[in-house]
Amino acid sequence: MTVARGVWVLGEQRNGRIHPVSYELLAWGRALADDLHVYLECVMVGTGITAAAKSLIAHGADRVRCLEHSELLTFRVDPYARIVESLVREHQPEILLAAATTMGRTLMPVLAAHLHTGLTADCTGLSIDPNERLLLQTRPAIGGNVLATIKTPEHRPQMATVHPKARRPLAADPSRVGEIVVETIDESLLGSRVLRLGFEEDLTMASSLQDAELIVAGGRGLRTAKRFSDLFEIAAHLGGVVGASRCAVDLGWASHAHQVGLSGKSVSPTTYIALGISGSPNHLAGMSSAERVIAINSDADAPIFQVADVGLVADLADLLPRWLDRLRARKRRDGQGGLGG
Amino acid sequence: MLARIVVLIKQVPTTESVRLNEETGTMIRTGMDSAINPLDLHAVEQAVRIKDNAPDTTHITVLSMGPSQARSAIREALAMGCDEGILLSGREFAGADTWATAYTLVQGLRGLFPFDLVLCGERATDGETGQVGPMVAALCGLPLITYVNRLTWDEGTITACRAIEGGTEIVSCPLPVLACVLRELNEPRLPTLAGKVRAHELDITVLDGEGIGADKSLLGLAGSPTRVVKVIYPSFQRNTQLFLANDEGMEAALDHLETSLRRAP
Ligand SMILES: Cc1cc2nc3c(=O)[nH]c(=O)nc-3n(C[C@H](O)[C@H](O)[C@H](O)COP(=O)(O)OP(=O)(O)OC[C@H]3O[C@@H](n4cnc5c(N)ncnc54)[C@H](O)[C@@H]3O)c2cc1C
Ligand SMILES: Nc1ncnc2c1ncn2[C@@H]1O[C@H](COP(=O)(O)O)[C@@H](O)[C@H]1O
Repeated sequence: MTVARGVWVLGEQRNGRIHPVSYELLAWGRALADDLHVYLECVMVGTGITAAAKSLIAHGADRVRCLEHSELLTFRVDPYARIVESLVREHQPEILLAAATTMGRTLMPVLAAHLHTGLTADCTGLSIDPNERLLLQTRPAIGGNVLATIKTPEHRPQMATVHPKARRPLAADPSRVGEIVVETIDESLLGSRVLRLGFEEDLTMASSLQDAELIVAGGRGLRTAKRFSDLFEIAAHLGGVVGASRCAVDLGWASHAHQVGLSGKSVSPTTYIALGISGSPNHLAGMSSAERVIAINSDADAPIFQVADVGLVADLADLLPRWLDRLRARKRRDGQGGLGG
Repeated sequence: MLARIVVLIKQVPTTESVRLNEETGTMIRTGMDSAINPLDLHAVEQAVRIKDNAPDTTHITVLSMGPSQARSAIREALAMGCDEGILLSGREFAGADTWATAYTLVQGLRGLFPFDLVLCGERATDGETGQVGPMVAALCGLPLITYVNRLTWDEGTITACRAIEGGTEIVSCPLPVLACVLRELNEPRLPTLAGKVRAHELDITVLDGEGIGADKSLLGLAGSPTRVVKVIYPSFQRNTQLFLANDEGMEAALDHLETSLRRAP
């Protein structure tokens, strides 16, 4: 048996354009490939990728494998899985990563089932065990108080998905060199019993949360639906959008679209303000890549303070109305929003 | 012609106080309050709605792998209108990861051939992987439709809407097919009293590894490619300055907040 070698990431394209999550995957993969002293390869399935493959190299890939065919423009699980599976069997990478998008979450389990190997969903940390050369996959575990580290000792490739936006792409370096391989497609692999009849674009669904620079997020500590709804006004004053913990969503204060965390969205804003959120690993899983975290909580021992740059130990029942008063007063004075001052 | 539907349901703890076995990293499931995985209720509801339209020619089997108390989750589904319950249970199944779980369920499904539709929840609230449904489809060789928020069944074909990034994809597929469903699909019904009585009278078939003709080396912890190696409590990541509003006063706290917000990170 040949020894599996190399780190692969499964990039994504939409309508022939490379999706930015591909660059995030390259940042994840680059660190692992460097530790293992192996190549980082990016597999792209779709159309019109070869022309753009250079940018994947600039973002960290040593080799880009382009699997192009007009019938591969949109993701269909059967052909994508067959094509990637045959490539994996041929080249035997030791690690295969994808994003936890609807594509990655559909494709990766199918691949792992066929390849008879392990798959860890929604990892928040990936590293290499130096003694065994094994991939250590870390994800928040049940109950929400711990992080579990998982490995795949004997089966290959070691597979994991990572949340989109959980890591920033590396800065592009146009001077990086790499190889672009255009693979030939075996047309017999393109069929599928599932037929795509159409696509209805929903512009409101294109979530502003994941692209927001400032997020005002609330949790159970806000105590009432009314106080949670004040966050929308605060966010409007500050030019941000509203996020929520799962508790807040479960209490019906916000829709699931606002949920940040393991079973919600991953965000990486410049500033994340957490109000009345305890900071369970399941929540942190979605916001730990924020550049700066400001937390307000009445409990000085709340775990959220461990990841905050600025912590305010305060009762929100008292602080929030006063903050709103200030923001409203300033708006009246300035005739405009913004941070004022 | 008889339409046969199988719903895969999982029993999950209803509280968050699940404990992990420190040695194996697997969940300790005994002595917990548990119920049917909330997302699986939508899969059950979908099956029962198909049956509502053709009560005499639709047969719904509920299949679950779990400890013997998972019977109660199966009874919940029977009370909603399913016809038959099968529990895959045995020591050899303990500690299964998603691959071993999928393998076990597929062995159970083999005994139910032929069927037209397999329904799963999109993910379970305990493991939160969402991997089991797609893996079952792959190991069974069934076409797979994930993220389903609408489903219609018409003369041997399923048409479904998939909620994906940026919109809704509409697909169709001839039967048989496996679909993983979202919360938005429907509003699960509450079991009626008559349903509960009926569920109570139905026998639930319990099968172990031998009963489903499984390869023992592929079951449970032994058959799981993944291992939990460490369970840690998250460590400090940032250098936090704490500001105590009670000591400094609320207005001073607000000043501090606003100054922090103005400062670029
Ligand atoms: C499988 C799984 C997946 C999960 N996925 C997610 C997820 O994606 N996102 C997510 O957020 N959670 C998720 N959770 C839930 C998570 O574990 C926590 O239960 C949840 O994040 C807690 O929400 P919270 O911080 O709002 O509530 P709590 O933990 O109840 O915290 C409330 C906080 O408010 C503070 N507080 C109370 N009163 C006041 C006051 N007057 N003023 C100021 N502060 C006050 C308290 O000190 C406390 O720290 C998941 C759980 C599981 C089991
Ligand atoms: N032990 C199990 N028995 C039956 N069905 C299961 C089991 N585990 C998972 N499933 C099905 O697979 C879906 C996804 O579960 P998971 O991959 O654990 O998040 C669930 O909603 C169930 O429909």
